[in-house]
Amino acid sequence: MANLKTSDKKTKAQSMGMHTEVLTGKTQQKFFNPDEAENFFYWGTYDVDFNKRTELDVKEMECKEANEKIDNLMSEGYGTIVIKNPQGKHSLGVGILNKLNLIFEGSLGYFGVGSIDGPMVRVNGRVGWSCAENMMAGKVVIEKNAGSCFGAAIRGGDLICKGSVGARTGIDQKGGTIIIGGDAGAFTGFMMQRGRIVILGDVGINLGDSMYDGTIYVGGKIGSFGSDAVESPMTKDDMDWLKRKLKVAEIGDNFDVSKMTKVVAGKKLWNYDALEPTEKKGAI
Amino acid sequence: MCGIAGLIHRGKSSNVGEELQSMLQALKHRGPDSTGYALYANNDGQNFILRFKVGENVGEGSSSVNEDESVYNERKKTVDKKLSELGAIVVKDEKLTPYSYRYEMKFDKDLMDFSKAIESIESVEILSIGKSLELIKDLGDATAVSERYGLNKVQGTHGIGHARMATESGVDIKSAHPFWGYPFADVSVVHNGQLTNYWNNRRVLENKGMRFMSECDSELIAVFLAERMRNGATLEEGMKESLSGLDGVFTYFVATKDSLGMAKDTMAAKPLVLYESDDLVAMGSEEIAIRSILPQEIDTYDPFDGEVKVWQT
Repeated sequence: MANLKTSDKKTKAQSMGMHTEVLTGKTQQKFFNPDEAENFFYWGTYDVDFNKRTELDVKEMECKEANEKIDNLMSEGYGTIVIKNPQGKHSLGVGILNKLNLIFEGSLGYFGVGSIDGPMVRVNGRVGWSCAENMMAGKVVIEKNAGSCFGAAIRGGDLICKGSVGARTGIDQKGGTIIIGGDAGAFTGFMMQRGRIVILGDVGINLGDSMYDGTIYVGGKIGSFGSDAVESPMTKDDMDWLKRKLKVAEIGDNFDVSKMTKVVAGKKLWNYDALEPTEKKGAI
Repeated sequence: MCGIAGLIHRGKSSNVGEELQSMLQALKHRGPDSTGYALYANNDGQNFILRFKVGENVGEGSSSVNEDESVYNERKKTVDKKLSELGAIVVKDEKLTPYSYRYEMKFDKDLMDFSKAIESIESVEILSIGKSLELIKDLGDATAVSERYGLNKVQGTHGIGHARMATESGVDIKSAHPFWGYPFADVSVVHNGQLTNYWNNRRVLENKGMRFMSECDSELIAVFLAERMRNGATLEEGMKESLSGLDGVFTYFVATKDSLGMAKDTMAAKPLVLYESDDLVAMGSEEIAIRSILPQEIDTYDPFDGEVKVWQT
């Protein structure tokens, strides 16, 4: 751990466009040292070729075996993997830490593609509870509906559900963007800390309950606001961002973003915003 | 944790015993202690089906006290005598295990008085009374229970079932689901969750003459709904009242002779995945339960918080 005010590494990092601010709070964080970059070893990652494609039928496999097979295929350089017959199995496609085109021809159970960092995932079906929990980066697109706790505690990336989702979407969200094409259940954005949630349809009761930070945009009706959540005026920046994001997400063609409701945290917590500058960028 | 499953065929019958077995076996990881079925079978509808037990299964991890089979046999004789006194005519009787029986009987008097009289016999519990309801529950997984009671050939229109992980009470048949909606014929309930105002409700309901056979919190749902229906509410009205009357987290199913319903608490804290088509509704705690009978790609969804739905056969 290093004190940001006194770190020798600060100058060089700032010249690279990083760490341009100096924290004044109590937070002390480990600084990224560019001199060590080439020595970093990213455990469990592979160099893959998107043009190298294969299929994997997991009908008769338990989730552990299926995930090991995916890992083996990535180690052989396959960059596009199509999973056949997932049939609602739990925990498929978890812990993938490199770029990859991963396509599921069917539905997933609980904890599908959890703790991923980088892959592009498309699920041509539905997902159960806690899809993409703890996702760090990448893009996940769900063609049908999703269960509760969709995108729990994600830290980055884009998580898109074209259908409707259950309760507690984006619970404990720490970054990234969640986009819902249909409706969302109760406690959406519960204890949300960063990032953005976009819901084109209606949302249930207690929206943004106990949220610390972050932004929620709702296109339809809101069941009720949770504690600490308040409406905020839509700005041109909001609308520009929404238009761009919906276009990239291939969802909500011609959706009138100007009529959306913007919801933010109504309270400022003590010593909460003592962030590392790169984290602030990530939150935006 | 527990797993629940249910299905209803609309406009036709099917092998609901085998279908529900597949669904519950797929949920075994959610509850390996006991499994229960409430099957609505194609019986002739002339006679009541009385399913009762005279003791507990003391094997398979049971928390019950071991009793000699001769004790069970004596209790069964006492039940037969009591049935005769009550005016019930038994037209067929089957001993399914040393501790459980299935009787077909003719009876045309009050079922509540009947049940009280039968259950006044020590350790005797009526599992269900109905003209189509066949309620079976025992220790073990779905396949073991189905094989023990020959359920995979039961034809019917609908059914609900439960794979139980014992948390609030013992590993025994009396705490296993489904629960019969005493004193109503053909009513059964399964539940996944925890109820936190069990004793408050139980005291009130017992003062109103309702009966509890276990200390399992889930039994409260069956008794709660039965009490509301006894006072004139429809099944759906009773279920909607339960959303505020019951405190805690729950998803439950209730079935009658021609309907199947689901209710989800206002926090949506317990899972439920639902598939609905014109001729079939299938639902379970996890999608793999539905996939066990519908492996093709289908559209499923999670009902929202505070949602109540009822389907007819």
